[in-house]
Amino acid sequence: MNWFERFLLPNAAATHASDVDGLFMFIIYLTIFFFFFNAGLTFYAARRWRRRSPNDVTPHVTHNTKLELVWSIIPLLVVMMIFFWGFKGYVKAAVAPNDATEIVVTAKKWVWQFEYPDGTRTLNDLHVPLNKPVKLVMHSEDVIHSFFVPSFRLKRDVIPGRYTQLWFTATEPGVQQVFCAEYCGKGHSDMLAKIHVDTDEQYETFLREGDEQVRQMPLPELGRQVYENKGCATCHSIDGTRGQGPSWKGIYGQVHMGTDGKGHLVDENYIRESILYPQAVIVQGYEPIMPTFQGLLREREILGVIEYIKSLK
Amino acid sequence: MANALSTTATGHSAHLHGDYLDDPPGLRSWLTTVDHKRIGLMYLWSVTFFMIVGGLFAMLIRLEHLTPGRTIMSAEQYNRVFTLHGAVMVFLVIIPAIPAALGNFALPLLLGARDVAFPRINLMSLYLYWTGALMALGTLFMGGVDTGWTFYTPYSTTTGGGVTLMVLAAFVLGFSSIFTGVNFIATVHKLRAPGMGWFDMPLFCWGMYSTALIQILATPVLGITLLLLVMERVLHIGIFDPQLGGDPVLFQHFFWFYSHPAVYIMILPAMAVMSEVIPTFSHKTIFGYKAIAFSSVAIALLGFLVWAHHMFVAGMSTYAGAIFSFLTFFIAIPSAIKVFNWIATMWQGSIELRTPMLYAIAFLLLFTIGGLTGLFLASLATDVHLHDTYFVVAHFHFVMAGSNLFGLLAGLHYWWPKMYGRLYNETLASLGCVLTFIGFNATFLPQFVLGSRGMPRRYFNYLPQFQALHVASTIGSWILAAGLFLALATLLASLRRPKGMVDNPWGGKTLEWMTSSPPPTHNFEGQPLPQHGPYDYRPVPVPLGVERHEG
Repeated sequence: MNWFERFLLPNAAATHASDVDGLFMFIIYLTIFFFFFNAGLTFYAARRWRRRSPNDVTPHVTHNTKLELVWSIIPLLVVMMIFFWGFKGYVKAAVAPNDATEIVVTAKKWVWQFEYPDGTRTLNDLHVPLNKPVKLVMHSEDVIHSFFVPSFRLKRDVIPGRYTQLWFTATEPGVQQVFCAEYCGKGHSDMLAKIHVDTDEQYETFLREGDEQVRQMPLPELGRQVYENKGCATCHSIDGTRGQGPSWKGIYGQVHMGTDGKGHLVDENYIRESILYPQAVIVQGYEPIMPTFQGLLREREILGVIEYIKSLK
Repeated sequence: MANALSTTATGHSAHLHGDYLDDPPGLRSWLTTVDHKRIGLMYLWSVTFFMIVGGLFAMLIRLEHLTPGRTIMSAEQYNRVFTLHGAVMVFLVIIPAIPAALGNFALPLLLGARDVAFPRINLMSLYLYWTGALMALGTLFMGGVDTGWTFYTPYSTTTGGGVTLMVLAAFVLGFSSIFTGVNFIATVHKLRAPGMGWFDMPLFCWGMYSTALIQILATPVLGITLLLLVMERVLHIGIFDPQLGGDPVLFQHFFWFYSHPAVYIMILPAMAVMSEVIPTFSHKTIFGYKAIAFSSVAIALLGFLVWAHHMFVAGMSTYAGAIFSFLTFFIAIPSAIKVFNWIATMWQGSIELRTPMLYAIAFLLLFTIGGLTGLFLASLATDVHLHDTYFVVAHFHFVMAGSNLFGLLAGLHYWWPKMYGRLYNETLASLGCVLTFIGFNATFLPQFVLGSRGMPRRYFNYLPQFQALHVASTIGSWILAAGLFLALATLLASLRRPKGMVDNPWGGKTLEWMTSSPPPTHNFEGQPLPQHGPYDYRPVPVPLGVERHEG
């Protein structure tokens, strides 16, 4: 990148950017050349043939077929070249490789939500692995938004009622800015997100333990998030009402009567067992319908649920 | 004058009746007039008024961007201000500016006609314009409109405020535009002076004709689309909103099917003015008459085939994107042909750098930048990056606002003596042109860089890294405003000068210069007969019919 390119364009942080930048700079130089060409001819003519007297006689030149063909065909050739160049980059950006990691993007006024293959969700922070293809499958819950990453040179509208896709391979570790580029109302200009391009190690940590925010979240708070987002709330209430499963309210420290006829003290180990091996103990009066969450919850999330249940008094 | 015009026996002298400005006198006679010149002037001053309104909104937008976050208004207010700026400037200023104001005034004069073909429909057009304008401003009392002038669904069908009224205003204004178009087509077909063939018409008439084609073919589509939008908002019929079973992208297809051709309603008339001003002040025949005439028609027709280049990132199929990109590039060719023809017209001419010519040269420079920056957006890969950023804002201001504005001002300074029978102070008028040109570039050149660096458009708030360029743009807007006010004040000041003695101040060869300034109500003393081609600057012009225009 020379200084001029650095002045005009943001840093290039994805494989796709080089396809765009070459063409962008070509058209920039073409624009500058033809601007000075036209301006030069105009100023030259205005100086060279300034009117000297009211009796000036000008040549009666009505046309010149050869000249006109030249100035029609040369622009035609130039623009056709630009067309194919731009088409090539567009097609490349349209087809994601088969091995791309799929991340689901949900846009709504005025947040970006990301969901990873393992069910992890993040808000306004997208984690992607460095140098690996990533495919975003995007949809909107309200109006049209547009997912725009200047440093990737990528943009795609996010539309309610249909899915649009975008893929990229990030080539620079660090944080990249995401903007909403389709006007969506009051919060449009604050509908920002960050892409964290992680090294393999960082990305593994993220998937295992969640992002920075999750890692620093107090356990009961994390547990509440799991309760709301991972489906616990479908069967277990937190206010004592009876659902498909026992309510969580005040159960810590109580004794559950199992279908095996024994009493089970609700403590840390009991809750952990119920999450990972739900068929081990079935509370009397309930159906054995709970699926296992083995592999679906992180260690810290299980701890979070335990602490959350403790907090429900 | 004598050798260019022959008067038939039935003609009566203008001097017995005074000119069209005073005859008949009184406000009532103006409001009920069917005279194309009076209607043109009323359009001119209405457009000027709304340009000031829209310009004030623009100044507020630029002021707001002096700092990131809140400077002088809230996000909600900002969204309403940029919507009104866009809607007022597009529907009330740029679309009618040259055709309805200058076109109405000049077209019949250039053709040697007494009026347009349907004078009453012409007056109806003006009243529809005023009605639409009042409706558009009426939205201010209904909580404003925050959709942007493009009314994209489903935002526009779900947000509050006066969207329905604004959409109906655009509908009414559309009919005002259609009426002007119908009039111009009929006028060009039927009211050319005897002996004036299609290729003996001044090129301004070709430009107006091409514009009128778009106005009558494209505007009805906008009308239907806006009605569908109103039906969805009011009756909840699902057309565009997916919640109701509609398709939001369908709206974009419908909307741009009008609004892209409408871009050429904005630029073709400015090009038409260039084809008059440049030969007149070069005192030389136009180069490539037919190439310019046909390129206007080509732009008008090609303009219908490129609408979806506004939607390259809207989730359209890749192949549709490729086809629309391919077709879009073809518009570059007739545009380039015109520019080269105008430069060739100046070549070896006898060039007088009077105010209209300065505006014409400024137009050439701005249009070159505006046209070439279109290449970035026509090209698929680069458009994906630049779409919906300030780059697009800068590009369309160069072509729609800059080129249209400089075309309007070139034409206005060119025909001002014909309109009011007075010359303006040339030094101040030239200074106005130079200031406006500097201000325009200072405002919009930084926006190209803002956009290519990734600043999205319609952003109330922005990241601190963009501030320097925003400040530069805002300072530019002050220079631009100063230039425009100087130009306006200079023109208005000329009205204090005595009337008369400027029948043909520039040495023009077209028919409007063959009558008095201001012209009599019926334009000419009798039926003018063109004696030679519109751009024949030879010492002894060759009579029409002896030598046809070629090239």
